[in-house]
Amino acid sequence: MRVLILAKEGQQSEAAAPPTPEAMAEYQKFNEELVKAGVVLEAGRLHPSSQGKRVRFDGKKRTVIDGPFAETKELVAGYWLWQVRSMEEALEWLKRAPYDGGTFEVREVVECEGM
Amino acid sequence: MKSSSARACDGADAITGRAVSESHRAIEAIWRIESARLVAGLTRIVGDFATAEELAQDVLVAALEQWPVSGVPEKPGAWLMGTAKHQAIDLIRRRQALERKHEEIGRDVERAQEGLDLDAAIDEEVGDDLLGLIFMACHPVLSREARVALTLRALGGLSTEEIARGFLVPVSTIAQRIVRAKRTLTEAHVRLEVPTGPERAARLGSVLEVVYLIFNEGYSATGGEDWVRPGLCDEALRLGRILAELAPTEPDVHGLVALMEIQASRLGARVGPSGEPVLLLDQDRARWDRLLIRRGLAALERAERLGGALGPYAMQAAIAACHARAATAAETDWPRIVALYDAVAQLEPSPVVELNRAVAVGMAFGPAAGLELVDSLVHEAALKSYHLLPAVRGDLLRKLGRYEEAGAEFERAASLTANVRERELLQRRAAECAADRMAG
Repeated sequence: MRVLILAKEGQQSEAAAPPTPEAMAEYQKFNEELVKAGVVLEAGRLHPSSQGKRVRFDGKKRTVIDGPFAETKELVAGYWLWQVRSMEEALEWLKRAPYDGGTFEVREVVECEGM
Repeated sequence: MKSSSARACDGADAITGRAVSESHRAIEAIWRIESARLVAGLTRIVGDFATAEELAQDVLVAALEQWPVSGVPEKPGAWLMGTAKHQAIDLIRRRQALERKHEEIGRDVERAQEGLDLDAAIDEEVGDDLLGLIFMACHPVLSREARVALTLRALGGLSTEEIARGFLVPVSTIAQRIVRAKRTLTEAHVRLEVPTGPERAARLGSVLEVVYLIFNEGYSATGGEDWVRPGLCDEALRLGRILAELAPTEPDVHGLVALMEIQASRLGARVGPSGEPVLLLDQDRARWDRLLIRRGLAALERAERLGGALGPYAMQAAIAACHARAATAAETDWPRIVALYDAVAQLEPSPVVELNRAVAVGMAFGPAAGLELVDSLVHEAALKSYHLLPAVRGDLLRKLGRYEEAGAEFERAASLTANVRERELLQRRAAECAADRMAG
């Protein structure tokens, strides 16, 4: 199964400055371990929400809203797409991640019909 | 080590067998993450795969007993490896007590010592051990079936029951296969090593063959009710991706990964709403997995950059890539596919390749040209009971308006396949030919 990991890093999600080199190195080491285990399909980081947009749908009406967005805790700073055998395996991997703050959400991707 | 009865009760099977509580599921997940490294490290310490696997199973049983009570340790991998090493040392001490030959003890202790000194290294430098373990599980001294079972077991961390389910054979068959394989490895004194020199290419070939066998059994199941078993494809892909990281300079590894990624991109489109097979040209390409295609094309590029464009898997991946790049079936570059099959046929001539080539020729230059090639294969001994020969022939005959002959070929193809879904598809095509005939 595939899971999407949404990194909700709190303040860091909105920081214009990139993570410290040490933090990046730690992250890269962990990411490498995941790649070596054949887990990572895709990974990416997002720019702060100040550069983001939202489109709100209301019937036929579309409203474009400029960032930044207020709900800092819910803002996604990065994502991973993982191939794992179970939700438990995803959790066991995620627990090993070198983070000391934030909330990481694990969501299973719906497989297409016929699978 | 536990008593022999506990050892006989295979730990990995104990997990799937019992009612799985939450902590058991967590342990199972941790086991899958850690078991290959554990077995590889232990094999290096104790020298012998069968013993290492036994020790690993004991460690799993210990975790199953302790963790539900004490909680999962903060670093479960380190706990498992530490416990495993203690078991290994205990074993070696017991061997000493049994007054084995002095020289052997010397070696064992040395090895154990080495293992202990490498405490940290075991977590860091497991790459070569893992690679060695793959080569060991795919050792030519073992039968092909044994290699497949052992690879899924040792590298994939799958239980005997899961492997049996994947291949639709009784659990006892797989269990026996694994027991025999372990014995064979011990008797042949197969060591944990990454082959070098001229031996390496052949040994790597065996590894890739095993991985692709696993993939193919998932991709087009040779038997049973289901047309595809994506679980096996996932396992094979994972093994391939791991291998690509462990042996990044081997072009054929990337060629195989490319082939599997691109083929797997079609898994979702390959099965209709009621489980029936959907053939390549009839598939809804919007349902092809773009991510896997992209990964596949990147892997193919990597293989080609490493000089592996003419590798057996890279060539097939290049053919698969032709389909992947075509937005619609009509846009397929058939002449290029024919040219690629020409090259494959030159490098690795086989009747199956010729048959595939005939299909491509039929698409590129018309059904009559394809049929001429297929007709030249009808007496090939290797294709005598290969259901795709009459299936292809039927298809070409139908396109030529020879419905009666086409129907008979589809009937024949249906009688030759062991897969229920495929048989239904072929019978349906035979019926369509009958309808064509009425209409014509």
